[in-house]
Amino acid sequence: MATKTKSKKTETVVLKDYESVIIFTPVLSDEQLKDAVAKYRKLITDDAGELVHEENWGLTKLSYPIQKKSTGFYHLYEFRSKPDFISKLELAFRRDERIMRYLSVSLDKHAVIYNQRKRNGEFNQGKKDQKQEGAK
Amino acid sequence: MKKKSNATTAMVFNTMPEAPQKKKFCRFKKNGIKYLDYKDGNFLLKFVNDQGKVLPRRLTGTSLKYQRKVAQAIKRARHIAVLPFTGDSLK
Repeated sequence: MATKTKSKKTETVVLKDYESVIIFTPVLSDEQLKDAVAKYRKLITDDAGELVHEENWGLTKLSYPIQKKSTGFYHLYEFRSKPDFISKLELAFRRDERIMRYLSVSLDKHAVIYNQRKRNGEFNQGKKDQKQEGAK
Repeated sequence: MKKKSNATTAMVFNTMPEAPQKKKFCRFKKNGIKYLDYKDGNFLLKFVNDQGKVLPRRLTGTSLKYQRKVAQAIKRARHIAVLPFTGDSLK
């Protein structure tokens, strides 16, 4: 099924939705963190991708130590890009010593809607209430 | 006398299975949740025992379709250190 739809759309560039969570080392200063974040923002936008959303969780406690560190700077990118861009992006992540962990996930249509609603602040009451609303 | 005792035992047998038999339901189907966020550690904690293991469907009542998504989300959450792989007292 997937191949069929692809062959139809070969002329136009198909952008898919992705999301990357990165954990930076807690050793970085604010400046260094800003630099690192800007670097990947540029990487995404340069490669014919469009950045949908960006989120900084700040210094967060990890639930288990990574590289002997118990905290990390979390950063989230939500973007649309060509599928072959992900390997490039992840290669850059792996080469970067400031990054302790990364996770790139492709988003399905439900995830995109969920993220939109979350951004609009519709999920601010109790967890359950929000999701029930999501149903309707 | 015999009849009475029989009746009481019958009562016991009847009530025994009924008490815990609250019909389980899939909370995702009921609430129309289509997507599970792997970044939401507190929500995923409901599907994990206090060691951090994924709870079986038979306990949570989740439908197969969503159990797969639960498992996937928990594994992602573990990778980005939102949930621990193991733990002694998570709850």
